[in-house]
Amino acid sequence: MAIEDDVLVVGGGVAGMTAALAAAEAGASVRLVTKSQSTLRHASGLVDVLGYADGDLLADPFAALDDLPADHPYAKVGVEAVRDGLARFDAVTGERYRGGHTDRNALLPTHGGAVKPTARYPASAAAGLASDERDALLVGFETLSDFDAPLAADHLRAADVPFDVRGATVSFPGTPRADAKVTRYAHALDGNDDEERERLAARVARVHDGEPRVGFPAVLGEAHPGDVRATLADALDADVFEVPMGPPSLPGIRLEADYERALREAGVNVVRRPVVDYEADGEHLTAAVVERNGQHVPHHAESFVLATGGLVGEGIDSDRGGVREPVFDCHVPHPADRYDWFVDERFGEQPYPRFGVVVDDDLRPRDAEGRIEFENLRAAGSVVGGADFAAECSGMGVSLATGDAAGSAAGADTQ
Amino acid sequence: MSDAESPSDEFEPIEVFPDDETPDLRPGADDCYKCSTCDTNCPVAEVDDDFPGPKFQGPEQWRLKRKEDTSVDDSISKCSNCMRCDSACPSDVPLSQMHNTARAEYVDEELSKTSLTYWRNRVLANYRTSAFLASKVPRVANAAMNFGPARWAMDRLFGITSEREFPAFATETFREWWEREGGADGSRERARAARERRGEEGEEKKVAYFHGCYANYNTPAVGKAMVRVFEHFGYELVVPKQRCSGTPMFANGMLDDAERHAKVNVSSMGDLVEQGYDAIASCTSCSMALRQEYPELFDIDGIEDLAENTWEALEYLRVQEDLSGELSAATVEDENIAELAYHAPCHARNQGLDGQALELFADLAGVDAEDVGDSCSGISGTYGWKSEKYDTSMKIGDEMFEHMEDVEGEVGMTECPTCAMQMEHGTGYEIKHPLEIVESALV
Repeated sequence: MAIEDDVLVVGGGVAGMTAALAAAEAGASVRLVTKSQSTLRHASGLVDVLGYADGDLLADPFAALDDLPADHPYAKVGVEAVRDGLARFDAVTGERYRGGHTDRNALLPTHGGAVKPTARYPASAAAGLASDERDALLVGFETLSDFDAPLAADHLRAADVPFDVRGATVSFPGTPRADAKVTRYAHALDGNDDEERERLAARVARVHDGEPRVGFPAVLGEAHPGDVRATLADALDADVFEVPMGPPSLPGIRLEADYERALREAGVNVVRRPVVDYEADGEHLTAAVVERNGQHVPHHAESFVLATGGLVGEGIDSDRGGVREPVFDCHVPHPADRYDWFVDERFGEQPYPRFGVVVDDDLRPRDAEGRIEFENLRAAGSVVGGADFAAECSGMGVSLATGDAAGSAAGADTQ
Repeated sequence: MSDAESPSDEFEPIEVFPDDETPDLRPGADDCYKCSTCDTNCPVAEVDDDFPGPKFQGPEQWRLKRKEDTSVDDSISKCSNCMRCDSACPSDVPLSQMHNTARAEYVDEELSKTSLTYWRNRVLANYRTSAFLASKVPRVANAAMNFGPARWAMDRLFGITSEREFPAFATETFREWWEREGGADGSRERARAARERRGEEGEEKKVAYFHGCYANYNTPAVGKAMVRVFEHFGYELVVPKQRCSGTPMFANGMLDDAERHAKVNVSSMGDLVEQGYDAIASCTSCSMALRQEYPELFDIDGIEDLAENTWEALEYLRVQEDLSGELSAATVEDENIAELAYHAPCHARNQGLDGQALELFADLAGVDAEDVGDSCSGISGTYGWKSEKYDTSMKIGDEMFEHMEDVEGEVGMTECPTCAMQMEHGTGYEIKHPLEIVESALV
């Protein structure tokens, strides 16, 4: 009835937010409904397109896109959609991200001391590139157990990085509680009320041996990360970089803020409640039904985008009986015997990560017979089957490319 | 099977949940994969490093308590029950439900029933009782409640902060006004006239209004706006017998008190729901209680039906009527409310209502409503009234106060009466309820 928009996006991750921005740019009025806060706080902040193919590290992801199987989401949308998705990401993040100058993958050290191929990375991590041959010092904090700097340095050396790297642990000024949340560090550095930046730099100086770059766990400020790094860099006379961390992640929180700002500026209305049902007139969706603490409220639209995530994000649900897409009940192909959903080798070619809805080139989900499920529904992100984002390092890229394509098409359909 | 001992024939299943009346929190605790996202959203943990945060208060504390000699940690009383952790969780852990039950257990088992803290909390939680008594002699009460020496004594001896002005009691309660206006019969007449005017003769439009304590005793203008706006759309209102929604009682671990009040509300509101009425609340914490906390915490006949038929006032009109259409065709002439600093209450956020007021007023001529950000106001009902919590409460509110100062004009807007109290306390602004703006626009 009265809640009515041109485009309704279901799901608030990167794919959903990208779709909403694309649809709004096409001139549509857009509402985004998401069951909870965006999961960007789980994201490292690194933006991959394609890091590996058949287990091999890729130097240039774009050169490898053509070789992907026909049911891979990249194969459905094509290389131009990948570029459009990245362009939209660059527009949202501006100066706060790097990597757009080349098609080639950058190699970034992670908090475990691994090296991750990635297409875009936060400016805060730029001085940490593993291809940089300058020596590095990694600094951890005694109370932040998620980053063990000496261990991460050992791992990086074992990975044969082309520079010397050493780890040291210092106590953070003010000595936070042993299990202090990561935002405690970030906000102390942001506020600098007790000169935390200068005091931290002084502690690091005692273990710093002239390395031209110094890496910290990615907690260097939420609102003013640039200022925090600049103060530390001045005091240490070295480049300062962040090493991306696990959840909750400050680079992810900053990215979340960037996207929220972009959505606000684009006039997208965001509702944080789950979609539990739909209304349809034959093959035409008329509304997504939003659950509001007991109440069921239909949200009407002309065109819909399903971007609820994969098995982790609960956009794809499974139990012993089968695998399904719970919002619009789209077809999700999977072997009838659940022992065929996985292989025993842990890092083997696992079938289950590729479970998801089957889409056509216009990203419209198809049923078991190959017919369109709903004429005005498109799918984007990891709810779409065919990609193993963890093994390929393709999660963000797939979300950006399919989100942009689905949102643009949905928006155009309503204009 | 080991050959050491043959199993006994008698099968004795382990009783995991011996008490049927307590909610089963095991699946919720198991769903937590300890990502700590909730901790980064907690407004109390943000300003108080000693508060271990929602992940500890919920799943971790629940697990620790499986040991028989482990009691609930007293840090649970620092949780303000803003419920932000609920929507932060990517794994649907029922955090606020876990906090509410842990807090109740703490109060039952750890807090001395002869302590001043217990009685201070009990008096605060039972605000309705104080308000009921004060409303009998509002002028005397208003003078006495803000009498300096009395406030000093309350702060020092009883732990109720003297930093805040007590809210004024209305000289005529909402219910007294409602009776004077003819009650349900009067409403039926007015609604019928409105339906005729709107060309909706023959339609049945009936709602039961849950005004809560604050609109009744302190801000009857909100209740009056609710009545006038709904009657404008042709709705007949009834105002059933009601007690406190329970919100301040949950937040103080007084679940027995809350259940006693809930029984009255579920009975009177539930009867009406059965007759086809929808239940409407103007306070977002009241609607939250009826919709979510009631079925989560209590087992009362009809409680689910009531939850499923309870709405927030503007949410209801927006779905049932063309509220946005009427608002975009209207103009507000009142200069006083031309610029509004809007704060979305935490409990409104958890009902998916945080964007609603701004969206509805975007096309309303003569009103410019601006969001003051997504921070918590910090008062959380009775929380900010406790002497030892006052500073925490104001620190949490700082961000909102700053953003309010940035907005042109000196009028604020929010759905929650205690957020309104905090907004006024921090900035001196006059605070309106969105229903009052709709009233100015349409009635």
